[in-house]
Amino acid sequence: MKFALFTLRLTILIIAAMVYSSAIASTTTERPHNEEPEVSGASPSMRLLSQSQYKNSIAAIFGPQISSNVRFSPVQRIGGLEAIGARSIIVTIGALEPLENSARMISAQIVSEANRDLLIPCQPSAAIKRDDNCAKIFLSRAGRLLFRRHLSDVELKNVVNVAGASAEQAGDFYDGLSQALAYLLISPKFLYIQENFEADPEQPNYWHLDGYSKASRLSFFLWDAAPDSRLLDAAERGDLSTQEGLHREVKRLLASPRLEQGVRAFFEDMLIVEAFDLLTKDPIIYPAFTSQAVTDAREQMLMTISDHLIAREGDYRDLFVTRNTFMSRALAVVYRVPAHVGPVDWVPFEFSENDHRGGLLTLVGFLARYSHPGRTSPTNRGRGLRETLLCQHVPDPPPNVNFELFENSTAERKTARQRLEAHSSNPICAGCHRLTDPLGLVLEKFDGAGQYRETENGAPIDTSGSVNRVPVSDAIELGETLHDDPALTSCLVSRVYSYGTGRELSNDDGQLLDYFDREFENSDYRFVDLLESTVTSDAFFKVEVDDDLLAMENRNDYQD
Amino acid sequence: MIIKTKKFTRRRVLRGMLEGSAVAVTLPFLDVFLNDEGSALAATGSPLPLRFGTWFWGLGMNPKIFVPRNIGMDFDLPEEIAVLKDVKKHLNLFTNFRIPTDNKPNLCHYSGWVALRSGATPSGRRDLPNESLDMPIANAIGGGTPFRMLNFAATGNPRDSYSFRSADAINPPEISAIEVYQKLFGQEFHDPNSSSFTPDAAMKLRKSVLSGVLEDSKSMYKTLGVNDKARLDQHYTALRELEGRLELQMQKPPPALSCLKPSKSPEEIQVGLDSRSVEARHKAMTDLLVMALACKQTNVFNMLYSNSASSLTREGLPDVHHNITHEELIDEVLGIQVQSSWFLREAFKSFAYFVDALARQPEGDGFLIDNVLVYAHSDNESAKTHVLDGTPMFTVGGAGGRLNTGLHIDGKGDVATRLGYTVQRVMGLPIDNWGSGSLRTSREISEILA
Repeated sequence: MKFALFTLRLTILIIAAMVYSSAIASTTTERPHNEEPEVSGASPSMRLLSQSQYKNSIAAIFGPQISSNVRFSPVQRIGGLEAIGARSIIVTIGALEPLENSARMISAQIVSEANRDLLIPCQPSAAIKRDDNCAKIFLSRAGRLLFRRHLSDVELKNVVNVAGASAEQAGDFYDGLSQALAYLLISPKFLYIQENFEADPEQPNYWHLDGYSKASRLSFFLWDAAPDSRLLDAAERGDLSTQEGLHREVKRLLASPRLEQGVRAFFEDMLIVEAFDLLTKDPIIYPAFTSQAVTDAREQMLMTISDHLIAREGDYRDLFVTRNTFMSRALAVVYRVPAHVGPVDWVPFEFSENDHRGGLLTLVGFLARYSHPGRTSPTNRGRGLRETLLCQHVPDPPPNVNFELFENSTAERKTARQRLEAHSSNPICAGCHRLTDPLGLVLEKFDGAGQYRETENGAPIDTSGSVNRVPVSDAIELGETLHDDPALTSCLVSRVYSYGTGRELSNDDGQLLDYFDREFENSDYRFVDLLESTVTSDAFFKVEVDDDLLAMENRNDYQD
Repeated sequence: MIIKTKKFTRRRVLRGMLEGSAVAVTLPFLDVFLNDEGSALAATGSPLPLRFGTWFWGLGMNPKIFVPRNIGMDFDLPEEIAVLKDVKKHLNLFTNFRIPTDNKPNLCHYSGWVALRSGATPSGRRDLPNESLDMPIANAIGGGTPFRMLNFAATGNPRDSYSFRSADAINPPEISAIEVYQKLFGQEFHDPNSSSFTPDAAMKLRKSVLSGVLEDSKSMYKTLGVNDKARLDQHYTALRELEGRLELQMQKPPPALSCLKPSKSPEEIQVGLDSRSVEARHKAMTDLLVMALACKQTNVFNMLYSNSASSLTREGLPDVHHNITHEELIDEVLGIQVQSSWFLREAFKSFAYFVDALARQPEGDGFLIDNVLVYAHSDNESAKTHVLDGTPMFTVGGAGGRLNTGLHIDGKGDVATRLGYTVQRVMGLPIDNWGSGSLRTSREISEILA
């Protein structure tokens, strides 16, 4: 059934491409018309900042010299993304304690003698007592950036009073200011991205996010950090409610070097990169796979992605066939290539034309991440590929199933393929293993640490397999086949939209995703263009509101 | 509903919380929570509180070499748990209890521990139908100490926690012994036996900041939907708990004669799930926990040795423990999975260390273990086929003289939630039943009640 759907979708895409090709031929600058469908939005959300959003925001607001060594509590993945789980997560005391500690640590650094002259735009009349004027100047600016909107008079008065009262108690202006900063940093108004809505003046019963909420959604999505002052200015001027103003700001955000941290954050979530935090390999079986190699394997994946998608403006699908990557000294040992010399940790690296590697799936990060400590797992690799890159669910194994045959590494079953055949012959197992193993077995010439090999237990490795019944013979062909699988791009499209909006998609979103699919195709699968078409769509800011929210007369007065 | 017209007082917020389904409000410290022995009021005149904890290990046991032949007091210790010989007198072992799933799927390595912690079986992987039983117990006895509850994961994985208020409110564990040391015995620690006490002025400022935040952020209610208001309520609960801790730390701590601050921070332990690293992490965390209990830093804790589908490794083996339980052949001579059992024996070795650490710590006229009740269990009986019925469980400690110990109890097919219910009753919770569906029970396991 799934295959039939893929085929149908592919056919539609091919036909659409043929229809559009004549239009493209007649005018190279115009793209095919693609009308966005009407969709219902989601309710405004209150998302908890992620750890990286927190750290990136602090660094952007106060400078990279201010460190925020905080560890957030894990968020449940919903619909494959923590970004959706952040919408329902509840902060417990155990989760709050490190946030309070971090607030104090950050505040102390900001007001320290080393940083105060740079970060605080005024000096108190006397350092041993309160100075409300200076505190007000600083806290109104910092508060606006932290709360992602201007502080109301009441809010500003409150925080200035915290600074003043604390200064009196401590006998130190800067101690007082530090307490006031901690007050802002521990506030739910900073920790949660609270979205608010307003009516569309031209369309009755049509609601969208207000300007500040649009600014936050844009910035956390594209930069993985709070809006900068310019974006807040644009929100305050109402620019984000006009097509011209919105496009101008989106172009600016996409052109910024900070886009890279936004793109990395998205792929870290989509690819479940935190799994590397606990990834280890058996040191006896894989001595080259050191803890530094683990760190570097993760970084190599992210560097390759951001380089290909942003710096090279590459086709997303080519990420699975590209021979370009980066190499560190620790990884060079795993890849068995000459380590570079010199002061830099990383150098660009290109696999040769006749190399067995090419594309994301053949990087050590993917191969080792979906393996066991001392051997490969074709099933895990196949499952990881389907679930994270194709957005396809692979069911859990049934509770009562005998796996013993897999362990039986006898003369008859020297390779993983031979052992997995035992599952294929068991009808209970076969259904799911047919989804995973034909993909994973293609990667079997890379061992559990991602190192190339020709044999397993002395037997030659057969890497033939298939993707949705399309035969492939090795890892290079797997990447090429994946490259042409419509599920690869439609998965990315749905993840991008869900990540940006914090929404779990439903069946009702099919038309919208088809629209984004076409936009992506029309842009030759440039990821930055996909980001642009997503954030400039009507759907991106549209919200549905229930009667309770509508009944709140003062719903836009959240800053009072 | 127009929120703006209503004043938000602390009382109103509290009332709002109580009307909701999820609350965490400290109950007054009642006499019922003190132990019944003459040692309750120890030499200091201070009561010795009851403490509650859990201990978890993943992947069950091998019934053939785990389940004792004998029932009752003089039960034998088959080879998989032979290591418990020296601590047997401090614990009870429960076998042959049942975990019915009421036509819900047996979610491998999930349904079992959820049922034993919450009294209900889940419908899906993200489903946690009730709060875990340590939550109401912490509400009852967690007050009066700086930390209402401490959670530890010897795996070092921040996602390994089986303590929760809901699927969206899981209590995160401590994952580093060094961080635990800093938290419990760092700059904020006051020696309860010191004759002098100087309140830390910084604590007052911190508390004042939190109070201000609580007051200021109430304006957020104006624009939130029902679900987000409930989330904010729970955020406020956490803020108030933190306020309460700071308040306590501004006061001279009650005397605790057996409290002795560890002289130095633990050594750094390599990240990873190698069994040796996990054992070292568990030992360091246990040592700190025992002293935290002795120093009255907390009354409630959760210790996790390994996760449910245990990811622990052994040097030289290509697979994690979980895979081994499924793929290892049964030894033809011994009739067991040898490698799999090695991992379990390692778990029970650490369990023995844990029990012994509680038993060695003096307190009042006796030992800490006399005033502790630990509820220990796994996620299934045989991991190889994910059998839920017969999931092994233990209790540790005398619970202030309320429990007999040294017993092997045969459940004879009764529901396993009887133990969770008994545990909560022993800890003084005013409940007359616990659990959902077939897991609902109102029968204590009377054999262990003193």
